[in-house]
Amino acid sequence: MGRSMCLPIIGEPVRMAQGEHMGSPLRGNIMDIRMQIKDLSLWYGQFHALKNINMEIAENRITALIGPSGCGKSTLLRTLNRMNDIIDGVKISGRIFLDNKDIYQENIGLTELRKKIGMVFQHPNPFPLSIYENLTYGLRIHNIGEKSIWDEKIEKCLRDAWLWDDVKDKLHSSALDLSLDQKQKLCIARLIIIEPEVILMDEPCSTLDPIATMKIEELMNTLKKDYTIVIVTHNMQQAARVSDYSGFLLLGELIEFDDTNNIFTAPRDKRTEDYITGRFG
Amino acid sequence: MSINQNIIEKIVKIFLWIFTIITIFILFYIVGFILKNGIGGLSKEFFMEFPKSMGREGGIFPIIIGTILLTLAAVFIAGPLGIGTAVYLTEYTRENRITQMIRFGADCLAGIPSIVFGLFGFVLFVIKLKMGWSIISGGLTLSIMILPTIIRTSEEAIKAVPKPLREVSYSLGGTKWQTIVFIVIPQALPGILTGIILSIGRCVGETAAVIFTAGSSLRLPNSLFDSVRTMSVHFYILSREGISLKNAYATASVLIISIGMINFLSYWIMHRFIRRIEGK
Repeated sequence: MGRSMCLPIIGEPVRMAQGEHMGSPLRGNIMDIRMQIKDLSLWYGQFHALKNINMEIAENRITALIGPSGCGKSTLLRTLNRMNDIIDGVKISGRIFLDNKDIYQENIGLTELRKKIGMVFQHPNPFPLSIYENLTYGLRIHNIGEKSIWDEKIEKCLRDAWLWDDVKDKLHSSALDLSLDQKQKLCIARLIIIEPEVILMDEPCSTLDPIATMKIEELMNTLKKDYTIVIVTHNMQQAARVSDYSGFLLLGELIEFDDTNNIFTAPRDKRTEDYITGRFG
Repeated sequence: MSINQNIIEKIVKIFLWIFTIITIFILFYIVGFILKNGIGGLSKEFFMEFPKSMGREGGIFPIIIGTILLTLAAVFIAGPLGIGTAVYLTEYTRENRITQMIRFGADCLAGIPSIVFGLFGFVLFVIKLKMGWSIISGGLTLSIMILPTIIRTSEEAIKAVPKPLREVSYSLGGTKWQTIVFIVIPQALPGILTGIILSIGRCVGETAAVIFTAGSSLRLPNSLFDSVRTMSVHFYILSREGISLKNAYATASVLIISIGMINFLSYWIMHRFIRRIEGK
């Protein structure tokens, strides 16, 4: 294991050196950085789940977090919109910036933050309401627009999520009657109707079949024109297919973070190589 | 399996069967007995007319109205209180000493005999707060009595709302209150309603707590501060004072039929609730 792969516990100079190698595949493209994670650590009670994570999220790109189960990738994702706040006994240190504003500041508006940084969950989870009500929920809670423009917004977000043709005639029927991938698309539509800037996806395809997965991946590819996407996946092929940057996590450490191409063709760390070649995980 | 155990198995089965038959027989016997004696007295007049000579003759119209008003008063008081408490206990607190104490208190409240509530209501509402024998005194007393049921059933219904739905709401930027109002309560509503309907059943059938607090007037009430008589109180007075057993049984029949209908309604709502949770 190279010196630079070892995540420093603390200390500015070491971090700088490490940044050259793995912390910042985006160097030279500073303008495109949308989110920045600095020295992030997280504990569930006594359990040290995330250890001194440093990484950047590039604008209008797809960043994948990969690693074996329990490595902390979902936890890391959930720190980005502060969803870990609702879990008891979570302690966080370090900072996360969105457009150079620390989202863990005391006076940050949590609802405003989560409106900007939306989330798609592992299990498609529409509300047990009609398709229409699912989509208008975000508009209602954020008081977006008059009811007269809602229909227009609904059509647009459904088209963007490639769901319009399937549901345009049954907007008022239950969202629970949709197929799994339609449900997941509805969840994406429900999110983009409130116009977030960053979309976090927590294994969005793990309950879908390969064809539905392919559709969602294509959808992600078109969405990245307008949104910054971070996706957690345990499916390495998926990360290789859809993402621009990949971070490999192991036991709460960010082992390597680089261009997806580099990660999959020329990983610098032995552990990354072992994982992507399927030697474990 | 040896032959011995086969025999034990059969004997157990027979005994359990007998127990079940006894239970069902008792239930049907009581209901049948009352309906047999009472159903003959039921007529349009019995529902629509005022009682004459203390209930010996005539119908039970004001008594039906009194029962409904008293029950509504109790539900309108206990409903918001109980649901609010349940929301607080499930959504705003973690499990700790205080929530355990509140829950313990609610359970104790549920176990207190209704006559104690009657006496308490009599001392506090009727005498001390000078509300007299009235709908409001009776309603307040009944509301205390049904509060535990409403709290517990609402709590269970709220807990049964899948956690991911709350997470989604939060992740879309919903506040806690928005999540509760727009997502949690609507999803839990059938369960909450079931609790309320069960409480209505309890109110309708309650005698001891009511006789002390709502009085036994046979007139139609003009305001919340008038005394009313409920069906169960009417039944009690008619039979206890030997006024008219025929009308007592007829009143009991009306009571049993309405409680049966209320329970049927609650099962129907519960059924829909379960279907909704299963996502159909």
